[in-house]
Amino acid sequence: MADAIVQVQNVSKIYKRDTMQIPILQNFSLSIPEAEFMALMGPSGSGKTTLMNLIAGIDKPTSGTVTVAGTNIGALNESQLAAWRSQHVGFIFQFYNLLPVLTAFENVELPLLLTKLSKKERKEHVETALSVVGLADRMQHYPKQLSGGQEQRVAIARAIVTDPTVIIADEPTGDLDKKSADDILDLLVRLNTEFKKTIVMVTHDPHAAERAHVTRHLDKGELQ
Amino acid sequence: MKNLKLILRNIFRHKLRAMLTILGIAIAVMSFGLLKTIIGAWYANSENAAPDRLATRHAISFVFSLPIADRDQIKQIPGVKDVTHQTWFGGIYKDKQQFFPHIAVDPKNVFEIFPEFVISPDEKKAFIADRSGCVIGARIAKDYNLKVGDIMPLDGDIYPGKWEFTVRGIYHGKKPTTDETQMWFQWDYLTERLMQTSPRRANKVGWYMIQINNPDDAARISEKVDALFENSDAETKTETEKAFAAGFISMSSAIITGLQIVSYVIIGIIFLVLCNTMLMAARERTREYAVLKTLGFTSKKLAVIIFGESIAIGLIGGFLGILLTYPVVSGFAVGMARFFPFVVVDPWTVILAGSFALLVGIVSGIFPVLRSTRMTIVDGLRTIG
Amino acid sequence: MKIPLSYSFKNLWTRKVTTIMTLGGVGLVVFVFCAVLMLAAGLERTLVATGSDDNAIILLKSAESETLSQIPLDVTDILASQPEVAVGSDGKPILSREVMTMINLQKKGTTSSDLANINVRGVSPAGVALRPQIKITEGRMFNFGTSELIVSQKIISGFEGARLGGALKFGGRNWNIVGLFDGGNSAFSSEIWADNSQIMQAFNRQEAFSDIIFRLKNTEGLNSLKSKIEADPRLNNFKVLHEKDFYAAESEELAAFIRILGMVITIIFSFGAMIGAMITMYAAVANRTVEIGTLRALGFRRRSVLGAFLFESLFLALIGGGIALCAAFFLTFLSVSTTNFTTWSEISFNFALSPGIVMATLIFSIIMGFVGGFLPSFRASRLDIITALRSS
Repeated sequence: MADAIVQVQNVSKIYKRDTMQIPILQNFSLSIPEAEFMALMGPSGSGKTTLMNLIAGIDKPTSGTVTVAGTNIGALNESQLAAWRSQHVGFIFQFYNLLPVLTAFENVELPLLLTKLSKKERKEHVETALSVVGLADRMQHYPKQLSGGQEQRVAIARAIVTDPTVIIADEPTGDLDKKSADDILDLLVRLNTEFKKTIVMVTHDPHAAERAHVTRHLDKGELQ
Repeated sequence: MKNLKLILRNIFRHKLRAMLTILGIAIAVMSFGLLKTIIGAWYANSENAAPDRLATRHAISFVFSLPIADRDQIKQIPGVKDVTHQTWFGGIYKDKQQFFPHIAVDPKNVFEIFPEFVISPDEKKAFIADRSGCVIGARIAKDYNLKVGDIMPLDGDIYPGKWEFTVRGIYHGKKPTTDETQMWFQWDYLTERLMQTSPRRANKVGWYMIQINNPDDAARISEKVDALFENSDAETKTETEKAFAAGFISMSSAIITGLQIVSYVIIGIIFLVLCNTMLMAARERTREYAVLKTLGFTSKKLAVIIFGESIAIGLIGGFLGILLTYPVVSGFAVGMARFFPFVVVDPWTVILAGSFALLVGIVSGIFPVLRSTRMTIVDGLRTIG
Repeated sequence: MKIPLSYSFKNLWTRKVTTIMTLGGVGLVVFVFCAVLMLAAGLERTLVATGSDDNAIILLKSAESETLSQIPLDVTDILASQPEVAVGSDGKPILSREVMTMINLQKKGTTSSDLANINVRGVSPAGVALRPQIKITEGRMFNFGTSELIVSQKIISGFEGARLGGALKFGGRNWNIVGLFDGGNSAFSSEIWADNSQIMQAFNRQEAFSDIIFRLKNTEGLNSLKSKIEADPRLNNFKVLHEKDFYAAESEELAAFIRILGMVITIIFSFGAMIGAMITMYAAVANRTVEIGTLRALGFRRRSVLGAFLFESLFLALIGGGIALCAAFFLTFLSVSTTNFTTWSEISFNFALSPGIVMATLIFSIIMGFVGGFLPSFRASRLDIITALRSS
């Protein structure tokens, strides 16, 4: 598996609540090849969100290593990790998490503010990303002026605008109606096939999972 | 009250915010109390004035003195029981920060005319017997650790030179508000020294205090006194002791007005702080209010819960603020002793500050209550945080 | 790597009511702070402007005000003939023997018992030339040797009973008001002027002047005169000072009083406003927890988040301070009249705004914003990403 873009090796994650230790993942390993579209399924508490957080670099394993595009992200400190995330990870959340006070354009531009791109370059990137998701005509709209599906598409544009190594989607269709959900899934499939993006999608929805290349089931911290 | 539990839980669900709000209100209530106390300190002397005492001063300003000869003429007026005189000495004890009045008096009858300054007969006798003796208030004795027999040196400014007095007695106030920060010495001693250094200034007094038999005669006697000295070099102005003290107050009326305005600005600040908190709470809990309504809570019951919360916060803050007022006022009294000899928190100030806190509690609940009663359940449920 | 400032602005704008309330709290405190400084500065400015660098004043050593000073005539003559006193083109020393006394006038809009003490200054003919601030605006200068007066315009507008062409009764005679003058922003604007010998007769104090004002031949002259006065047993009861220093000292007590009282009060309730700002900012952080989590997940660092929230609070305070300053600016049109504790006479002065006060006010509001915003911003930056994203 030399061409794996994400390598999770012997990872354990134990949460401490007062004196109790709650193991979520134990000696867990997984590798995801480049340009994969993987769906992660499993009941609540199965560890799928923890796994996603570890890959995204917003959480650190208790032991073991997580390597993404050759970087052992467990070895990075707080601010290195922040910088790493801005370059390598694109997030898509269940509730979109757009900043309500910023327009669609500004929301998508946000991660680009962490790069050295000029204002003009940023504008080009944002416009490209928004046209990929089909919202080129909604750039100046605020989140509350958009429908749920549109909001999620803005969030996807924000996730792809930096051209990240991995796109992490946490229940991207969880809050949407069937039609909008299908649109979002179409978009993710397109990103995967057309732009060769590696996508890890956590979902409850078997319909959504069907659209991925592979579906992995997680239960009690183990792959089924 | 069944709602009490919910009210209390609501207040402390954001512990930090509740504490900050209460603290904010407490500080505002305390500032209000402090200001009111300062303003009260200004008026304190006029509140203590006796109705049977008149003050006669130079018609233009008390900075000009009156001849000692006036005394006998005033005494002749029917209805006058006794006359004494006082002279502002100024002078610096230790340094300029240590301010308290030093006054030259007639020891023979000053205690009869000011019965609220209580002194033992022995000490009074000793004071009269010692030409360079002095009597000090109990608070001065305590603050500067002075005892009978100690020497009190003063550096004269209005009356230049070094002056030394021996403490012969310590007086106590009859009432808690009596000024216990004065220092009295014999006018005879002052005028004797002036005879040698600047004779033109000798045999003059600052003002006369006239004790009258019947307070109702105050106006008539005042007119008589002033008529006596009309067209003389030193025309006089006689008024009740209260008006005399009020004259000092009106000199600083601009400053007092300023302080009054500021104390109401503070009420505005309390209001803003509490209103803001209640608004935020209401905004965050819109959904909860909707839930409570679906459970069958009437708008009235909700109003009780919301008002309960804002009033409780207002009252807790107000109470804490009142508690804080006392130490802050005494700290202030030490710092500003130069300008305000004595400062006491008036019970009315406490009542007023408490009522304002309560009022602010009620008013700041109005908007959230309106919001909760007007809201439809469906809209409320749809709101997130 | 900064979160755009527009994010902070827009958030303030979104929470309009809360923002306005916080602005109100901060603004009120800053306004009072600024007003107090302006009041004290106005008083000082007025008294400093009363004195001139070229003039010196001689008074009784113990006297803090001109009213309480007395200089016997023979001493005055010795002092007037000193070589340090400048001589005019007419060969006479440029020197005014002055007598300062007070009369009672009733402030407009008060009851008849509310009397204020107004300074009446008796001057020698050189007295006006020594004070270039004094300009006759209506009528004419009084004639020496008559019971005529000139009165400051501010007294005419602020007190009952005085008008051009009218008369004032004091010292056993009627004095005709023949002219009005403008003393500029100086203490002279709170005075009435007349012939010194007439005032002395009326008040029956022919034996002594209050003080002597004269032009110095050169500024070093003051020191030589000082040592001469110290050494002469006839004169060492008196002191000579720069006129400017003397009047500046007259403002000390009242200015210190206004400043200390004002500072104590504003500092105490700046805590109230800071707590108000803190509550607002904590609520802002609480309401935007998910946003903060999102920003951090996108790769913004803790200090960027800290910066954005701190900026929001600083900006809020600065706006509050700015509004307060604008409001305070209008105070400069207001004139205040009160008793100066040093002279026990009425002094009228304006609120004065100086660059120093503007700076102090802005710094004060920035400090309030910083103190009020730091802890909430710090909390925002310390939020755990995962918990923040999960909260809703």
